[in-house]
Amino acid sequence: MNGFVITHSPALLIMLPLLGAFAAPFIGRVSPKVRSAWIILIMTLTTLVALLLASDVLLHGTRIYVFGATSPNLVVPLDSGGIPIRIIFTVDAMSALMQVIAAVCGFAVLVYSLSADRIHSGLESFYTLFLLMITGIMGMVSTGDLFNFFVFLEILSIASAGLIAYRIDGGLAVEAALKYFVLSTIGAMAILVAIGIYYGEYNALNIAMIASRMQLTLLDQVALVLIITALAMKCGAVPLHFWTPDAYSMAPSSITAMLVVASQASLYGLFRVVFTLYNVTLNAMTVGWIIIILGILSMVIGVTMAIPQKNVKRLMAYHAISQTGYMLLGVGVGLAVLGNQPLMESFGYIAMEGGIFHIINHAMYKGLLFLTAGAIFFRIGTYNLNRMGGLGHSMKYTMVFFIIGALAIAGIPPFNGFASKLMIYESVFAFNPVLAVIAMVVSILTLASFVKVFHSIFMGPKLPDFDTVQEAPVPMLIGMGVLAVIVIIFGLFPQAVVDALIAPAAHALADQSGYIATVLGGA
Amino acid sequence: MPLQTRAGILLPFSEVPEMTLIESLSTGTGFWNPLAWLIAVVVAAVIVYLIRHRGEPGYKKGTIQTVPFISGNPEPDKEMVHVRASNLYWGYLDALKGYYDLIVPAHTGVLNDYMLWYLGIMAALFVVVMFI
Repeated sequence: MNGFVITHSPALLIMLPLLGAFAAPFIGRVSPKVRSAWIILIMTLTTLVALLLASDVLLHGTRIYVFGATSPNLVVPLDSGGIPIRIIFTVDAMSALMQVIAAVCGFAVLVYSLSADRIHSGLESFYTLFLLMITGIMGMVSTGDLFNFFVFLEILSIASAGLIAYRIDGGLAVEAALKYFVLSTIGAMAILVAIGIYYGEYNALNIAMIASRMQLTLLDQVALVLIITALAMKCGAVPLHFWTPDAYSMAPSSITAMLVVASQASLYGLFRVVFTLYNVTLNAMTVGWIIIILGILSMVIGVTMAIPQKNVKRLMAYHAISQTGYMLLGVGVGLAVLGNQPLMESFGYIAMEGGIFHIINHAMYKGLLFLTAGAIFFRIGTYNLNRMGGLGHSMKYTMVFFIIGALAIAGIPPFNGFASKLMIYESVFAFNPVLAVIAMVVSILTLASFVKVFHSIFMGPKLPDFDTVQEAPVPMLIGMGVLAVIVIIFGLFPQAVVDALIAPAAHALADQSGYIATVLGGA
Repeated sequence: MPLQTRAGILLPFSEVPEMTLIESLSTGTGFWNPLAWLIAVVVAAVIVYLIRHRGEPGYKKGTIQTVPFISGNPEPDKEMVHVRASNLYWGYLDALKGYYDLIVPAHTGVLNDYMLWYLGIMAALFVVVMFI
């Protein structure tokens, strides 16, 4: 049984949430409690499979899964002319890391959501779309096929748009969803054009096959720009970030936490394309600096736009943009020195590890912060910071979770955000000291911003308007608690996490020849 | 599959030395050990506690001692005392007014503008990637 699960785990990661999604409305007819049990079961199984697959990948190397073949490892059929014609999932350490992020965050958010969203109608479609989001993310980070990536990106976009619009909120949520959906569609169309270019040039859709044939023609450069722009927009990089505060602030908080993970799946796609598809064939310094500049703009404009915000979720959304900048900066520096092995050994790999470590850290603490914002909204019915105050008297656990998340995002030791930021600061300093100084100043501004939020929400005397406010329900506290515990553990034992998860992911991402050889073998 | 350990040696995963949880995080040019930091915090907390322990023991909760003294004036309503979010960092925002006058209006909330930014950045990237 265990062998079967491990063998088919890449497919199960898609099949389980897909099955759960489409069965949820029918099972919900029995009773809401049965539906809750069903989706928790599905998400638990998905999480277990993701953890199992990740441990297998870290122990035995990249996993290949070929759909529809007589054997899951039969990449190139004898009569295919040497081209991998089937849909192939390629799960290396980087993909496995992203799967773990999506599964763990998805599980914590779902537990939280069962309590936070129970008062709303239309929950059967809510949880269907939620599980479709998980499906889309899992597919994007698992697939080794570019067209398949586009399909999962579309599944994710459609499900996300539906969930952003879920509360309607006088039409504001629908407007935010429309903006997200129109931009996502334009981005997806650009990616489809790029895929068409690759197919026309190289007669293949498989990432490894295209990478092995990459010539960096003019058309390849056009395709690269189409993909970079689309995925930079999807991950919320400045100046393509405008949809982010609108969508993040209007979606239910549980969905906002998942939108953070969805954005990171797009970030993964961006990194996969530049490192695995192009690698040293492109002008790594130029493209590396493009990513670094996007990162710096995201960090600075994200945090400075956050400070004057009055809506707590809009403020946090700008901080999400700012934190994405750190990931772009770290990995961008790694890309800029990609062809130079001494520089890679000196600071390039550390910069990439810092950026990738920040992806998982950000998913945890930013998810936690959005959940605390949702818990506050659940009790007082507003996101307006000007109306809040004194909630630390009545929502003590939520306040503690908020403090953990806020200190982590501000890069205060000993929380996880500090560990990844330290790796980014020191490695980026070796590349260009000015960039490291900017990153540190942005962290100080982040701390200042969250001091304001903490004071506005929790400090001060107990206000008469909130006399009867109680602590958030237990399931919501459990959801927040899971993420808070991870934030603390990752902060206390950073080297163990880097050794076990992050360093293998960074090396897998940079190792294009290893990726190609694993997929194509001797083909 | 060989994996790279922190020491930079390529080893099969099974031969990677057992991870020690108290290992310092290597950052390339330095290191960071959160447990050592925590021990320092605990020592500092103990010192703070010992100093506090030597303080005035006559404090009584719920008595006149805990009522704010505002030069004999009555205490304002709770809602009046709390400093709201809009009143925080006005100095910072005022000092950077020029920057914010530029950056805030760019966030129009209009979808057409979002698409123009998207197309503009794409055009700029075409120029950079193809000609630099």
